[in-house]
Amino acid sequence: MIELKHIQKVFHTAKGDIHACQDVNLTIQTGEIFGVIGYSGAGKSTLVRIINQLEKQTSGEVIIDGEDISLLNPKDLRKKRTKMGMIFQHFNLLWSRTVQKNIELPLEIAGVDKEIRKKKTRELIELVGLQGRENAYPSELSGGQKQRVGIARALANDPGILLCDEATSALDPDTTEQILDLLKDINRKLGITIVMITHQMEVVQKICHRVAVMSEGKVVEVGRVKDIFEHPQHTVTKRFVRDISSKIDDDKQNENLKTIYPDGILLRLTFDEDISRQPIVSRVMKETTLDISIVSGNLTNTIDSSFGVLIVNVLGGTKQDYDQIIQKFQDYHVIVEVI
Amino acid sequence: MSEFFSQIDWDAMIVAIQETFIMTIISLVIAVILGFILGIILYITKDDGLYPQKIVHRILDFIVNLFRAIPFIILIFLLLEITLMTMGTMLGVKGALPALIVSSAPFYARMCMIALSEIDKGTIEASKAMGASNWQIIMKVLIPEAKPALVSSITVMGISLVGYTAMAGCIGAGGLGNLAYMYGYVRQNMPVMYTATFFVLVIVFMIQIIGDLIVKKIDKR
Repeated sequence: MIELKHIQKVFHTAKGDIHACQDVNLTIQTGEIFGVIGYSGAGKSTLVRIINQLEKQTSGEVIIDGEDISLLNPKDLRKKRTKMGMIFQHFNLLWSRTVQKNIELPLEIAGVDKEIRKKKTRELIELVGLQGRENAYPSELSGGQKQRVGIARALANDPGILLCDEATSALDPDTTEQILDLLKDINRKLGITIVMITHQMEVVQKICHRVAVMSEGKVVEVGRVKDIFEHPQHTVTKRFVRDISSKIDDDKQNENLKTIYPDGILLRLTFDEDISRQPIVSRVMKETTLDISIVSGNLTNTIDSSFGVLIVNVLGGTKQDYDQIIQKFQDYHVIVEVI
Repeated sequence: MSEFFSQIDWDAMIVAIQETFIMTIISLVIAVILGFILGIILYITKDDGLYPQKIVHRILDFIVNLFRAIPFIILIFLLLEITLMTMGTMLGVKGALPALIVSSAPFYARMCMIALSEIDKGTIEASKAMGASNWQIIMKVLIPEAKPALVSSITVMGISLVGYTAMAGCIGAGGLGNLAYMYGYVRQNMPVMYTATFFVLVIVFMIQIIGDLIVKKIDKR
């Protein structure tokens, strides 16, 4: 478990003080994938570096499994760091070493015997799917492969925590998916705690269990990813959620829809996690003679639930028929709004 | 043609080649070792370095700049006393070494610092995150990552050292510079002048070619 208590970080620069973290309090459970999302300059990269003490906080406590690691002497801190892997946006591999040797580096640093190093490296190469590329140099690898090396390297000393600093930001969407799948897999197989720093809501949505939203050095919202998506509170969170859920909640767009579909009624159907994986629309359609056409929609799938919004145009009935169909949707626990 | 070559004292020429060679190699090796250590200290004691030491950095930086600023030919005269004391003579190969080393070690230190500064800061951060000590970072990350730049700096310095040995030669250090000056210029023996120049060029090209080959082999970027 990682506990951050009242973390403050101030950078003194020529242009004045920068408050990178302001009273940040977070608890990250063992084995969870925890996202920290924010726009650039929100302080999230500083925060993740405070977890492994690459940055020292100005004040506050960093407690990992009950121990305040900011109080450790340099030697013990280095030992602790071998049990915390870290991966980076730009991979930060040593170009002078082959894939094999890059992965071996943290083992060399930890003073592991050569034979064990070889064995461990083989296992890791297999885990990240880089068999056959052992003797390639980083310059001969694609971005996705480089990040795989980065992940293997981070896992070399069997860490309990993996810190990811914008690990997918330099990758194309397909490769991002693959890397996220790999991280999810590693989390499941090894039970490792993952802290994901990102500015991409898709990343949070795809693999995180819980998320903290940061803005101007403060954590403005923390919670389960599903809750954050369904009920974003802070404006920054709403912006992130809106970015990913298209413009479906935009009033102006709804007005437009009414002019595009002047006949019948427009319904906004909200599906929450309990019902979103059931074939509700098709069931309702079978029970009615009215025509239903889907005009807009957005369904989001997170690691443990699905939810979303559909806007449908119902045609060819009287007001009574429409009331009836609204009732039917409500019977399935769909939240219905007439636009 | 045979008249041209008959004017050359080949025994003296071979001795001169050997002297230039020995002066270059010995001063190169010592200057590289000293400069390398100095360069690493300069790099890690920087404000944003691995082991910031403002005062140490400032002092070393000043010394390096000072000796790089003094023209070589003046440095020879400035160091005469020290040369006499340490080498017992101010003539020949031995007499040239102190000045050659003192002028080129700071030069290599500066080149080292530039080579090390070009290493991606992210790589250093990654090794810190792995729990590496400063010593491990220097040995396992900084030096291997900077190796091609360090080697090509040796090439550059080796070539300029050949130039310095020729300069030192004019004031009694021996070698091809001495030959070209004493026999070629003073006695107006043009064949000796041209041949000495030719061999200086051969040595320079050799250093360049060997250096380039090594860099090509170790550079995996």
